[in-house]
Amino acid sequence: MSAKPLAPAIDGWHTMDMHQPHLIGTRCIDCGTYFFPKQSSYCRNPACDSTDFEEVELSRTGTIWSYTNACYKPPEPFVAADPFEPYAIAAVQLEQEQMVVLGQVVAGVGVEDLKVGMPMELVLETLYEDEEDTKVTWKWKPRSASGAK
Amino acid sequence: MSQEIAILGAGMHPWGKWGKYFVEYGVAAAREALADSGVPWQDVRFVSGAATIRCGYPGYVAGATFAQALGWQGAEVNTSYAACASGSQALAAARTKILSGACDVALVVGADTTPKGFLAPAKGYRPEDPDWVRFYLGVTNPTYFGLYARRRMDLYGDTLEDFAAVKVKNAAIGSKNPRARYQKCFTTEEVAASAMVADPLRLMDICATSDGGAALIVSSVEYAKKIGKGDAPRIAAISTVTPTFASGVVEMPDIATDSAAAAGIEASSYRSSIPLKAYEEAGIGPEDISLAEVYDLSTALELDWIEDLRLAPRGEAAQLLRNGDTSVGGKIPVNASGGLACFGEAVPAQALSQVCELTWQLRGQAGERQVEGARVGITANQGLFGHGSSVIVKR
Ligand SMILES: [Zn+2]
Repeated sequence: MSAKPLAPAIDGWHTMDMHQPHLIGTRCIDCGTYFFPKQSSYCRNPACDSTDFEEVELSRTGTIWSYTNACYKPPEPFVAADPFEPYAIAAVQLEQEQMVVLGQVVAGVGVEDLKVGMPMELVLETLYEDEEDTKVTWKWKPRSASGAK
Repeated sequence: MSQEIAILGAGMHPWGKWGKYFVEYGVAAAREALADSGVPWQDVRFVSGAATIRCGYPGYVAGATFAQALGWQGAEVNTSYAACASGSQALAAARTKILSGACDVALVVGADTTPKGFLAPAKGYRPEDPDWVRFYLGVTNPTYFGLYARRRMDLYGDTLEDFAAVKVKNAAIGSKNPRARYQKCFTTEEVAASAMVADPLRLMDICATSDGGAALIVSSVEYAKKIGKGDAPRIAAISTVTPTFASGVVEMPDIATDSAAAAGIEASSYRSSIPLKAYEEAGIGPEDISLAEVYDLSTALELDWIEDLRLAPRGEAAQLLRNGDTSVGGKIPVNASGGLACFGEAVPAQALSQVCELTWQLRGQAGERQVEGARVGITANQGLFGHGSSVIVKR
Protein backbone atom coordinates (compact mmCIF):
# COMPACT_ATOMS: atom_id res chain seq x y z
CA MET A 1 0.00 0.00 0.00
CA SER A 2 1.21 3.50 -0.76
CA ALA A 3 1.09 6.33 1.71
CA LYS A 4 -1.45 8.27 -0.32
CA PRO A 5 -4.69 9.18 1.46
CA LEU A 6 -7.70 6.97 0.81
CA ALA A 7 -10.62 8.46 -1.12
CA PRO A 8 -13.81 6.87 -2.43
CA ALA A 9 -13.77 6.13 -6.17
CA ILE A 10 -17.35 7.46 -6.27
CA ASP A 11 -18.32 10.03 -3.64
CA GLY A 12 -21.03 9.07 -1.19
CA TRP A 13 -21.80 5.55 -2.42
CA HIS A 14 -20.36 3.77 0.64
CA THR A 15 -19.08 4.54 4.13
CA MET A 16 -15.32 4.81 4.54
CA ASP A 17 -15.17 2.45 7.51
CA MET A 18 -12.29 0.20 6.44
CA HIS A 19 -13.38 -2.64 8.76
CA GLN A 20 -17.18 -2.76 8.41
CA PRO A 21 -18.08 -0.68 5.35
CA HIS A 22 -21.65 -0.32 4.09
CA LEU A 23 -23.06 0.73 0.75
CA ILE A 24 -25.20 3.84 1.11
CA GLY A 25 -28.58 3.69 -0.58
CA THR A 26 -31.95 5.27 -0.04
CA ARG A 27 -35.26 3.92 1.17
CA CYS A 28 -38.65 5.22 0.10
CA ILE A 29 -40.46 6.59 3.17
CA ASP A 30 -43.86 5.60 1.79
CA CYS A 31 -43.39 2.07 0.42
CA GLY A 32 -40.07 0.92 1.87
CA THR A 33 -38.37 0.10 -1.44
CA TYR A 34 -34.57 0.38 -1.31
CA PHE A 35 -32.49 1.99 -4.02
CA PHE A 36 -28.83 1.60 -4.89
CA PRO A 37 -27.45 3.75 -6.39
CA LYS A 38 -29.39 6.33 -4.33
CA GLN A 39 -32.70 7.50 -5.68
CA SER A 40 -34.12 10.53 -3.95
CA SER A 41 -36.51 12.32 -6.26
CA TYR A 42 -38.92 9.64 -7.52
CA CYS A 43 -39.87 6.11 -6.51
CA ARG A 44 -39.64 3.44 -9.22
CA ASN A 45 -42.27 1.22 -7.58
CA PRO A 46 -45.24 1.60 -10.01
CA ALA A 47 -47.65 1.56 -7.05
CA CYS A 48 -45.92 4.50 -5.33
CA ASP A 49 -45.57 8.19 -6.23
CA SER A 50 -43.54 9.18 -3.20
CA THR A 51 -40.89 11.88 -3.32
CA ASP A 52 -39.67 11.30 0.26
CA PHE A 53 -36.56 9.21 0.81
CA GLU A 54 -34.16 8.55 3.65
CA GLU A 55 -30.52 7.65 3.26
CA VAL A 56 -29.75 4.18 4.65
CA GLU A 57 -26.77 1.89 5.01
CA LEU A 58 -27.42 -1.37 3.15
CA SER A 59 -26.71 -4.83 4.56
CA ARG A 60 -23.04 -5.61 4.21
CA THR A 61 -23.53 -9.36 3.77
CA GLY A 62 -25.40 -11.46 1.21
CA THR A 63 -25.18 -14.55 -0.97
CA ILE A 64 -23.84 -15.01 -4.50
CA TRP A 65 -26.47 -14.80 -7.29
CA SER A 66 -23.77 -15.44 -9.87
CA TYR A 67 -20.13 -14.66 -10.65
CA THR A 68 -17.66 -14.30 -13.49
CA ASN A 69 -14.33 -12.56 -14.13
CA ALA A 70 -12.66 -10.00 -16.38
CA CYS A 71 -9.73 -11.49 -18.28
CA TYR A 72 -9.27 -8.43 -20.51
CA LYS A 73 -8.71 -4.81 -19.59
CA PRO A 74 -11.99 -2.86 -19.72
CA PRO A 75 -12.05 0.43 -21.67
CA GLU A 76 -12.05 3.89 -20.04
CA PRO A 77 -13.21 5.23 -17.67
CA PHE A 78 -11.76 2.09 -16.02
CA VAL A 79 -8.22 2.79 -14.83
CA ALA A 80 -6.18 -0.38 -15.20
CA ALA A 81 -3.01 -1.38 -13.42
CA ASP A 82 -0.03 -2.00 -15.70
CA PRO A 83 0.23 -4.89 -16.31
CA PHE A 84 -3.50 -5.59 -16.13
CA GLU A 85 -4.50 -8.03 -13.39
CA PRO A 86 -7.65 -10.09 -14.09
CA TYR A 87 -10.25 -9.98 -11.29
CA ALA A 88 -13.41 -11.88 -10.39
CA ILE A 89 -16.83 -10.19 -10.27
CA ALA A 90 -19.79 -11.25 -8.14
CA ALA A 91 -23.49 -10.39 -8.17
CA VAL A 92 -24.56 -10.62 -4.54
CA GLN A 93 -28.13 -10.86 -3.27
CA LEU A 94 -28.89 -8.80 -0.14
CA GLU A 95 -31.62 -10.51 1.86
CA GLN A 96 -33.25 -7.62 3.66
CA GLU A 97 -33.17 -5.27 0.66
CA GLN A 98 -34.03 -8.08 -1.79
CA MET A 99 -31.72 -6.72 -4.41
CA VAL A 100 -28.61 -7.88 -6.24
CA VAL A 101 -25.49 -5.69 -6.27
CA LEU A 102 -22.53 -6.19 -8.61
CA GLY A 103 -18.96 -5.62 -7.57
CA GLN A 104 -15.44 -6.85 -8.06
CA VAL A 105 -14.29 -9.67 -5.81
CA VAL A 106 -11.24 -8.97 -3.61
CA ALA A 107 -7.80 -9.61 -5.04
CA GLY A 108 -6.59 -13.19 -4.60
CA VAL A 109 -10.04 -14.80 -4.92
CA GLY A 110 -10.84 -16.31 -8.31
CA VAL A 111 -13.94 -17.86 -9.89
CA GLU A 112 -12.72 -21.31 -8.83
CA ASP A 113 -13.23 -20.20 -5.19
CA LEU A 114 -16.85 -19.09 -5.76
CA LYS A 115 -20.25 -20.80 -6.01
CA VAL A 116 -23.86 -19.64 -6.40
CA GLY A 117 -25.31 -19.26 -2.89
CA MET A 118 -21.97 -18.65 -1.16
CA PRO A 119 -22.06 -16.09 1.73
CA MET A 120 -20.16 -12.88 0.97
CA GLU A 121 -19.36 -9.66 2.79
CA LEU A 122 -18.61 -6.13 1.66
CA VAL A 123 -15.10 -4.73 2.05
CA LEU A 124 -13.23 -1.74 0.66
CA GLU A 125 -10.24 -2.24 -1.61
CA THR A 126 -8.18 -0.16 -4.01
CA LEU A 127 -9.72 0.41 -7.43
CA TYR A 128 -6.78 2.51 -8.70
CA GLU A 129 -4.37 5.22 -7.64
CA ASP A 130 -4.15 8.67 -9.13
CA GLU A 131 -1.68 11.45 -8.35
CA GLU A 132 -3.32 12.52 -5.08
CA ASP A 133 -5.23 9.54 -3.69
CA THR A 134 -5.69 5.84 -3.50
CA LYS A 135 -9.23 5.43 -4.80
CA VAL A 136 -11.12 2.68 -2.99
CA THR A 137 -14.40 1.03 -3.86
CA TRP A 138 -16.62 -1.74 -2.53
CA LYS A 139 -15.68 -5.32 -3.31
CA TRP A 140 -17.12 -8.68 -2.31
CA LYS A 141 -15.18 -11.15 -0.18
CA PRO A 142 -16.14 -14.74 0.77
CA ARG A 143 -17.31 -14.85 4.40
CA SER A 144 -15.67 -18.16 5.10
CA ALA A 145 -12.03 -17.26 5.70
CA SER A 146 -11.01 -20.34 3.71
CA GLY A 147 -12.41 -18.74 0.53
CA ALA A 148 -9.56 -16.24 0.47
CA LYS A 149 -6.06 -17.48 -0.18
CA MET B 1 -56.89 -11.34 -37.23
CA SER B 2 -57.21 -7.79 -38.51
CA GLN B 3 -54.09 -6.89 -36.52
CA GLU B 4 -51.79 -8.59 -39.04
CA ILE B 5 -49.68 -6.99 -41.75
CA ALA B 6 -48.02 -8.69 -44.73
CA ILE B 7 -44.30 -8.94 -45.45
CA LEU B 8 -43.94 -8.30 -49.18
CA GLY B 9 -40.17 -8.03 -49.38
CA ALA B 10 -37.00 -8.69 -47.42
CA GLY B 11 -33.44 -7.60 -48.11
CA MET B 12 -30.04 -7.54 -46.44
CA HIS B 13 -26.59 -6.21 -47.17
CA PRO B 14 -24.15 -8.97 -46.13
CA TRP B 15 -22.69 -8.55 -42.62
CA GLY B 16 -18.96 -7.87 -42.30
CA LYS B 17 -16.40 -5.18 -41.58
CA TRP B 18 -16.71 -3.40 -44.89
CA GLY B 19 -15.78 0.03 -43.61
CA LYS B 20 -18.37 1.86 -45.71
CA TYR B 21 -20.85 4.47 -44.46
CA PHE B 22 -24.01 2.93 -42.94
CA VAL B 23 -26.31 4.57 -45.50
CA GLU B 24 -24.79 2.43 -48.25
CA TYR B 25 -25.74 -0.78 -46.41
CA GLY B 26 -29.26 0.46 -45.72
CA VAL B 27 -29.87 1.49 -49.32
CA ALA B 28 -28.60 -1.87 -50.61
CA ALA B 29 -30.92 -3.71 -48.21
CA ALA B 30 -33.88 -1.46 -49.07
CA ARG B 31 -33.38 -1.89 -52.81
CA GLU B 32 -33.22 -5.67 -52.41
CA ALA B 33 -36.42 -5.63 -50.32
CA LEU B 34 -38.16 -3.39 -52.87
CA ALA B 35 -37.13 -5.66 -55.77
CA ASP B 36 -38.25 -8.71 -53.77
CA SER B 37 -41.67 -7.11 -53.15
CA GLY B 38 -42.24 -5.85 -56.68
CA VAL B 39 -43.53 -2.59 -55.17
CA PRO B 40 -42.27 0.59 -56.88
CA TRP B 41 -40.36 2.92 -54.49
CA GLN B 42 -42.83 5.73 -55.27
CA ASP B 43 -45.66 3.63 -53.79
CA VAL B 44 -43.99 3.42 -50.36
CA ARG B 45 -45.71 6.07 -48.22
CA PHE B 46 -43.93 5.56 -44.89
CA VAL B 47 -40.21 5.09 -44.22
CA SER B 48 -39.47 3.79 -40.74
CA GLY B 49 -35.77 3.86 -39.90
CA ALA B 50 -33.92 2.20 -37.02
CA ALA B 51 -31.38 4.71 -35.72
CA THR B 52 -27.65 4.27 -35.27
CA ILE B 53 -25.93 6.43 -32.66
CA ARG B 54 -22.41 5.81 -33.91
CA CYS B 55 -22.45 7.36 -37.35
CA GLY B 56 -23.17 11.02 -36.62
CA TYR B 57 -26.33 13.04 -37.13
CA PRO B 58 -27.62 11.16 -40.20
CA GLY B 59 -27.89 8.09 -37.96
CA TYR B 60 -30.14 9.91 -35.46
CA VAL B 61 -32.63 10.72 -38.22
CA ALA B 62 -32.24 7.40 -40.03
CA GLY B 63 -35.76 7.44 -41.52
CA ALA B 64 -35.15 10.72 -43.31
CA THR B 65 -31.58 9.76 -44.22
CA PHE B 66 -32.65 6.57 -45.99
CA ALA B 67 -35.65 8.30 -47.64
CA GLN B 68 -33.30 10.95 -49.05
CA ALA B 69 -30.76 8.37 -50.21
CA LEU B 70 -33.44 6.37 -52.02
CA GLY B 71 -34.77 9.61 -53.53
CA TRP B 72 -37.25 11.99 -51.87
CA GLN B 73 -40.72 11.09 -53.05
CA GLY B 74 -42.86 12.71 -50.35
CA ALA B 75 -43.31 9.75 -47.99
CA GLU B 76 -43.70 10.31 -44.25
CA VAL B 77 -40.69 9.37 -42.13
CA ASN B 78 -40.04 8.06 -38.63
CA THR B 79 -36.95 7.07 -36.64
CA SER B 80 -36.80 4.66 -33.69
CA TYR B 81 -33.97 3.95 -31.29
CA ALA B 82 -33.99 1.12 -28.75
CA ALA B 83 -30.47 -0.31 -29.03
CA CYS B 84 -30.73 -3.87 -30.44
CA ALA B 85 -34.53 -3.69 -30.38
CA SER B 86 -34.54 -0.59 -32.65
CA GLY B 87 -35.57 -2.58 -35.73
CA SER B 88 -38.59 -4.05 -33.94
CA GLN B 89 -39.72 -0.64 -32.74
CA ALA B 90 -39.34 0.74 -36.27
CA LEU B 91 -41.41 -2.22 -37.49
CA ALA B 92 -44.01 -1.55 -34.79
CA ALA B 93 -44.28 2.08 -35.96
CA ALA B 94 -44.91 0.90 -39.52
CA ARG B 95 -47.52 -1.60 -38.35
CA THR B 96 -49.38 1.08 -36.39
CA LYS B 97 -49.39 3.38 -39.43
CA ILE B 98 -50.69 0.60 -41.69
CA LEU B 99 -53.33 -0.73 -39.27
CA SER B 100 -54.62 2.80 -38.64
CA GLY B 101 -55.22 3.08 -42.38
CA ALA B 102 -52.79 5.99 -42.77
CA CYS B 103 -50.74 4.14 -45.39
CA ASP B 104 -50.76 0.89 -47.39
CA VAL B 105 -47.06 0.17 -47.80
CA ALA B 106 -44.05 0.97 -45.63
CA LEU B 107 -40.29 0.45 -45.77
CA VAL B 108 -38.58 -0.50 -42.52
CA VAL B 109 -34.80 -0.26 -42.62
CA GLY B 110 -31.80 -0.28 -40.30
CA ALA B 111 -28.05 -0.27 -40.90
CA ASP B 112 -24.86 0.28 -38.96
CA THR B 113 -21.14 0.82 -39.31
CA THR B 114 -19.40 -0.26 -36.11
CA PRO B 115 -16.24 1.23 -34.67
CA LYS B 116 -13.28 -0.92 -33.63
CA GLY B 117 -13.00 -2.30 -30.07
CA PHE B 118 -15.23 -1.72 -27.04
CA LEU B 119 -18.17 0.66 -27.19
CA ALA B 120 -16.98 3.04 -24.47
CA PRO B 121 -19.29 5.53 -22.71
CA ALA B 122 -18.96 9.34 -22.84
CA LYS B 123 -16.01 10.76 -20.88
CA GLY B 124 -15.82 12.78 -17.65
CA TYR B 125 -16.88 11.99 -14.05
CA ARG B 126 -20.54 11.05 -14.50
CA PRO B 127 -21.79 8.78 -11.67
CA GLU B 128 -25.43 9.54 -12.58
CA ASP B 129 -24.99 7.46 -15.78
CA PRO B 130 -25.14 3.72 -15.00
CA ASP B 131 -23.24 2.96 -18.20
CA TRP B 132 -20.34 5.16 -17.02
CA VAL B 133 -20.44 3.65 -13.51
CA ARG B 134 -20.17 0.06 -14.60
CA PHE B 135 -17.24 0.64 -16.94
CA TYR B 136 -15.51 2.70 -14.22
CA LEU B 137 -15.88 -0.24 -11.82
CA GLY B 138 -14.69 -2.75 -14.43
CA VAL B 139 -18.00 -4.28 -15.56
CA THR B 140 -18.18 -4.80 -19.35
CA ASN B 141 -20.85 -6.37 -21.58
CA PRO B 142 -19.28 -9.86 -21.35
CA THR B 143 -19.53 -9.58 -17.54
CA TYR B 144 -23.33 -9.84 -17.72
CA PHE B 145 -23.18 -12.74 -20.20
CA GLY B 146 -20.66 -14.48 -17.94
CA LEU B 147 -22.94 -14.05 -14.90
CA TYR B 148 -25.92 -15.57 -16.71
CA ALA B 149 -23.81 -18.44 -18.07
CA ARG B 150 -22.21 -19.30 -14.74
CA ARG B 151 -25.62 -19.28 -13.05
CA ARG B 152 -26.82 -21.87 -15.60
CA MET B 153 -23.85 -24.08 -14.77
CA ASP B 154 -24.34 -23.90 -11.01
CA LEU B 155 -28.15 -24.20 -11.11
CA TYR B 156 -28.87 -26.51 -14.07
CA GLY B 157 -25.60 -28.35 -14.61
CA ASP B 158 -24.89 -26.86 -18.05
CA THR B 159 -21.29 -27.47 -19.12
CA LEU B 160 -18.61 -25.69 -21.12
CA GLU B 161 -19.15 -28.39 -23.76
CA ASP B 162 -22.83 -27.37 -24.01
CA PHE B 163 -21.89 -23.73 -24.63
CA ALA B 164 -19.31 -24.78 -27.22
CA ALA B 165 -21.93 -26.98 -28.88
CA VAL B 166 -24.13 -23.92 -29.46
CA LYS B 167 -21.23 -22.25 -31.31
CA VAL B 168 -20.49 -25.40 -33.31
CA LYS B 169 -24.18 -25.75 -34.28
CA ASN B 170 -24.59 -22.11 -35.29
CA ALA B 171 -21.29 -22.02 -37.17
CA ALA B 172 -22.23 -25.16 -39.12
CA ILE B 173 -25.53 -23.73 -40.36
CA GLY B 174 -24.17 -20.18 -40.75
CA SER B 175 -21.46 -21.54 -43.05
CA LYS B 176 -24.31 -22.05 -45.52
CA ASN B 177 -25.60 -18.48 -45.24
CA PRO B 178 -24.13 -16.18 -47.92
CA ARG B 179 -25.20 -13.10 -45.92
CA ALA B 180 -23.31 -14.13 -42.75
CA ARG B 181 -19.97 -12.53 -41.86
CA TYR B 182 -18.39 -15.76 -40.65
CA GLN B 183 -19.06 -18.69 -42.97
CA LYS B 184 -16.72 -21.16 -41.33
CA CYS B 185 -17.34 -24.34 -39.32
CA PHE B 186 -15.69 -24.74 -35.90
CA THR B 187 -15.08 -27.70 -33.62
CA THR B 188 -15.64 -27.96 -29.87
CA GLU B 189 -11.86 -28.14 -29.49
CA GLU B 190 -11.40 -24.86 -31.36
CA VAL B 191 -13.93 -23.13 -29.09
CA ALA B 192 -12.21 -24.57 -26.02
CA ALA B 193 -8.84 -23.32 -27.27
CA SER B 194 -10.00 -19.71 -27.66
CA ALA B 195 -9.08 -17.20 -24.94
CA MET B 196 -11.18 -16.88 -21.78
CA VAL B 197 -12.96 -13.50 -21.70
CA ALA B 198 -15.53 -13.63 -18.88
CA ASP B 199 -15.48 -17.01 -17.19
CA PRO B 200 -17.03 -19.41 -18.28
CA LEU B 201 -17.24 -17.69 -21.67
CA ARG B 202 -14.43 -17.68 -24.20
CA LEU B 203 -13.81 -15.45 -27.16
CA MET B 204 -15.73 -17.83 -29.45
CA ASP B 205 -18.72 -17.92 -27.07
CA ILE B 206 -19.27 -14.17 -27.45
CA CYS B 207 -20.52 -12.40 -30.56
CA ALA B 208 -18.59 -9.69 -32.39
CA THR B 209 -19.91 -6.38 -33.74
CA SER B 210 -20.39 -6.01 -37.48
CA ASP B 211 -21.45 -3.70 -40.26
CA GLY B 212 -24.70 -4.64 -41.95
CA GLY B 213 -28.10 -3.53 -43.17
CA ALA B 214 -31.57 -5.11 -43.28
CA ALA B 215 -34.91 -3.98 -44.68
CA LEU B 216 -38.52 -5.08 -45.00
CA ILE B 217 -41.37 -3.94 -47.23
CA VAL B 218 -44.61 -4.38 -45.26
CA SER B 219 -48.20 -3.65 -46.20
CA SER B 220 -51.82 -4.07 -45.22
CA VAL B 221 -53.25 -7.52 -45.90
CA GLU B 222 -55.74 -5.89 -48.34
CA TYR B 223 -52.90 -4.33 -50.33
CA ALA B 224 -51.05 -7.67 -50.43
CA LYS B 225 -54.16 -9.38 -51.79
CA LYS B 226 -54.68 -6.60 -54.33
CA ILE B 227 -51.22 -7.19 -55.84
CA GLY B 228 -51.67 -10.98 -55.79
CA LYS B 229 -49.58 -11.64 -52.66
CA GLY B 230 -52.35 -12.61 -50.26
CA ASP B 231 -50.33 -15.64 -49.16
CA ALA B 232 -47.26 -13.61 -48.14
CA PRO B 233 -45.89 -14.26 -44.63
CA ARG B 234 -47.54 -12.05 -42.02
CA ILE B 235 -46.41 -10.28 -38.90
CA ALA B 236 -48.72 -11.76 -36.26
CA ALA B 237 -47.21 -10.09 -33.21
CA ILE B 238 -44.66 -7.49 -32.14
CA SER B 239 -43.98 -7.39 -28.43
CA THR B 240 -41.86 -4.73 -26.74
CA VAL B 241 -43.23 -4.99 -23.19
CA THR B 242 -41.09 -4.06 -20.20
CA PRO B 243 -40.66 -6.36 -17.22
CA THR B 244 -42.66 -5.55 -14.09
CA PHE B 245 -41.22 -4.11 -10.90
CA ALA B 246 -39.29 -5.56 -9.15
CA SER B 247 -37.20 -7.52 -11.63
CA GLY B 248 -34.67 -9.77 -9.93
CA VAL B 249 -32.26 -10.08 -12.87
CA VAL B 250 -29.36 -7.65 -13.09
CA GLU B 251 -29.44 -6.19 -16.59
CA MET B 252 -26.86 -4.33 -18.62
CA PRO B 253 -25.81 -1.59 -17.85
CA ASP B 254 -27.15 -1.51 -14.27
CA ILE B 255 -24.89 -2.20 -11.27
CA ALA B 256 -27.81 -3.38 -9.10
CA THR B 257 -31.33 -4.74 -9.53
CA ASP B 258 -34.57 -3.27 -8.28
CA SER B 259 -35.29 -3.91 -4.62
CA ALA B 260 -38.20 -6.25 -4.09
CA ALA B 261 -38.40 -5.40 -0.38
CA ALA B 262 -41.74 -3.59 -0.76
CA ALA B 263 -43.28 -4.68 -4.06
CA GLY B 264 -42.34 -8.37 -3.91
CA ILE B 265 -40.25 -10.16 -6.48
CA GLU B 266 -41.54 -10.43 -10.02
CA ALA B 267 -40.12 -13.76 -11.06
CA SER B 268 -40.15 -13.08 -14.77
CA SER B 269 -37.44 -10.94 -16.32
CA TYR B 270 -38.17 -8.96 -19.48
CA ARG B 271 -36.73 -11.89 -21.42
CA SER B 272 -39.61 -14.08 -20.34
CA SER B 273 -42.27 -11.33 -20.33
CA ILE B 274 -41.76 -10.37 -23.96
CA PRO B 275 -42.61 -13.74 -25.58
CA LEU B 276 -45.72 -14.16 -23.43
CA LYS B 277 -47.18 -10.96 -24.84
CA ALA B 278 -46.15 -12.02 -28.36
CA TYR B 279 -47.86 -15.41 -28.04
CA GLU B 280 -50.99 -13.78 -26.63
CA GLU B 281 -51.10 -11.21 -29.42
CA ALA B 282 -50.65 -13.86 -32.12
CA GLY B 283 -53.17 -16.17 -30.48
CA ILE B 284 -50.75 -19.10 -30.54
CA GLY B 285 -48.48 -20.95 -28.12
CA PRO B 286 -44.90 -22.25 -28.03
CA GLU B 287 -46.13 -25.61 -29.40
CA ASP B 288 -47.01 -23.87 -32.69
CA ILE B 289 -43.48 -22.57 -33.33
CA SER B 290 -41.53 -24.08 -36.25
CA LEU B 291 -38.29 -22.17 -35.68
CA ALA B 292 -36.82 -19.37 -33.58
CA GLU B 293 -34.22 -16.66 -34.18
CA VAL B 294 -32.86 -15.58 -30.81
CA TYR B 295 -30.24 -13.09 -29.67
CA ASP B 296 -27.16 -15.25 -29.00
CA LEU B 297 -24.95 -12.44 -27.71
CA SER B 298 -23.30 -15.39 -26.01
CA THR B 299 -23.68 -19.11 -26.61
CA ALA B 300 -25.17 -19.60 -23.13
CA LEU B 301 -27.70 -16.83 -23.74
CA GLU B 302 -29.21 -18.85 -26.60
CA LEU B 303 -30.10 -21.48 -23.99
CA ASP B 304 -31.69 -18.84 -21.71
CA TRP B 305 -33.80 -17.57 -24.62
CA ILE B 306 -35.00 -21.08 -25.52
CA GLU B 307 -36.45 -21.34 -22.02
CA ASP B 308 -37.77 -17.77 -22.02
CA LEU B 309 -39.62 -18.57 -25.26
CA ARG B 310 -41.12 -21.62 -23.45
CA LEU B 311 -39.59 -23.95 -26.06
CA ALA B 312 -38.15 -25.96 -23.15
CA PRO B 313 -38.89 -26.03 -19.41
CA ARG B 314 -36.55 -23.88 -17.28
CA GLY B 315 -33.14 -25.51 -17.02
CA GLU B 316 -33.70 -28.00 -19.86
CA ALA B 317 -32.53 -26.12 -22.95
CA ALA B 318 -29.13 -27.81 -22.88
CA GLN B 319 -30.83 -31.20 -23.09
CA LEU B 320 -32.72 -30.02 -26.18
CA LEU B 321 -29.38 -28.95 -27.67
CA ARG B 322 -27.71 -32.28 -26.80
CA ASN B 323 -30.60 -34.14 -28.48
CA GLY B 324 -30.01 -32.17 -31.68
CA ASP B 325 -33.52 -30.73 -31.41
CA THR B 326 -32.34 -27.14 -31.95
CA SER B 327 -30.38 -27.94 -35.14
CA VAL B 328 -31.91 -27.60 -38.60
CA GLY B 329 -33.57 -30.97 -39.10
CA GLY B 330 -34.38 -31.18 -35.37
CA LYS B 331 -37.72 -30.61 -33.63
CA ILE B 332 -37.34 -26.87 -33.05
CA PRO B 333 -34.43 -25.31 -34.97
CA VAL B 334 -32.94 -22.24 -33.25
CA ASN B 335 -30.90 -19.70 -35.20
CA ALA B 336 -31.15 -21.40 -38.59
CA SER B 337 -29.54 -18.23 -39.98
CA GLY B 338 -26.39 -18.97 -37.98
CA GLY B 339 -27.37 -16.34 -35.41
CA LEU B 340 -25.17 -13.61 -33.99
CA ALA B 341 -22.40 -16.21 -33.73
CA CYS B 342 -22.04 -16.00 -37.52
CA PHE B 343 -23.29 -12.47 -38.12
CA GLY B 344 -21.92 -10.36 -35.28
CA GLU B 345 -24.16 -7.63 -34.01
CA ALA B 346 -25.14 -4.74 -36.31
CA VAL B 347 -27.35 -3.09 -33.71
CA PRO B 348 -30.15 -1.30 -35.63
CA ALA B 349 -30.27 -3.94 -38.36
CA GLN B 350 -30.22 -7.06 -36.20
CA ALA B 351 -33.89 -7.32 -35.18
CA LEU B 352 -34.90 -6.77 -38.83
CA SER B 353 -32.43 -9.38 -40.07
CA GLN B 354 -34.13 -11.91 -37.80
CA VAL B 355 -37.47 -11.15 -39.50
CA CYS B 356 -35.80 -11.37 -42.94
CA GLU B 357 -34.61 -14.90 -42.09
CA LEU B 358 -38.09 -15.94 -40.93
CA THR B 359 -39.58 -14.50 -44.12
CA TRP B 360 -37.27 -16.56 -46.33
CA GLN B 361 -37.78 -19.65 -44.19
CA LEU B 362 -41.58 -19.37 -44.31
CA ARG B 363 -41.48 -18.90 -48.07
CA GLY B 364 -39.26 -21.99 -48.43
CA GLN B 365 -36.42 -19.90 -49.89
CA ALA B 366 -33.72 -20.60 -47.30
CA GLY B 367 -31.78 -23.07 -49.47
CA GLU B 368 -29.49 -25.40 -47.52
CA ARG B 369 -30.68 -23.81 -44.26
CA GLN B 370 -34.34 -24.54 -44.97
CA VAL B 371 -36.46 -25.73 -42.05
CA GLU B 372 -38.90 -28.16 -43.68
CA GLY B 373 -42.54 -27.14 -43.45
CA ALA B 374 -41.84 -23.92 -41.51
CA ARG B 375 -45.17 -22.21 -40.75
CA VAL B 376 -44.57 -20.01 -37.69
CA GLY B 377 -41.37 -18.35 -36.53
CA ILE B 378 -40.53 -16.23 -33.50
CA THR B 379 -37.70 -13.78 -32.86
CA ALA B 380 -36.28 -12.50 -29.60
CA ASN B 381 -33.73 -9.82 -28.94
CA GLN B 382 -32.64 -7.43 -26.27
CA GLY B 383 -32.03 -3.73 -25.93
CA LEU B 384 -30.58 -2.13 -22.82
CA PHE B 385 -31.98 -1.48 -19.33
CA GLY B 386 -34.04 -4.67 -19.41
CA HIS B 387 -36.12 -4.22 -22.51
CA GLY B 388 -36.18 -5.96 -25.85
CA SER B 389 -38.57 -7.30 -28.45
CA SER B 390 -40.14 -10.40 -29.92
CA VAL B 391 -41.79 -10.73 -33.33
CA ILE B 392 -43.95 -13.61 -34.58
CA VAL B 393 -44.16 -14.28 -38.32
CA LYS B 394 -46.57 -16.84 -39.75
CA ARG B 395 -47.99 -18.07 -43.02
ZN1 LIG C 1 -42.06 4.15 -2.88
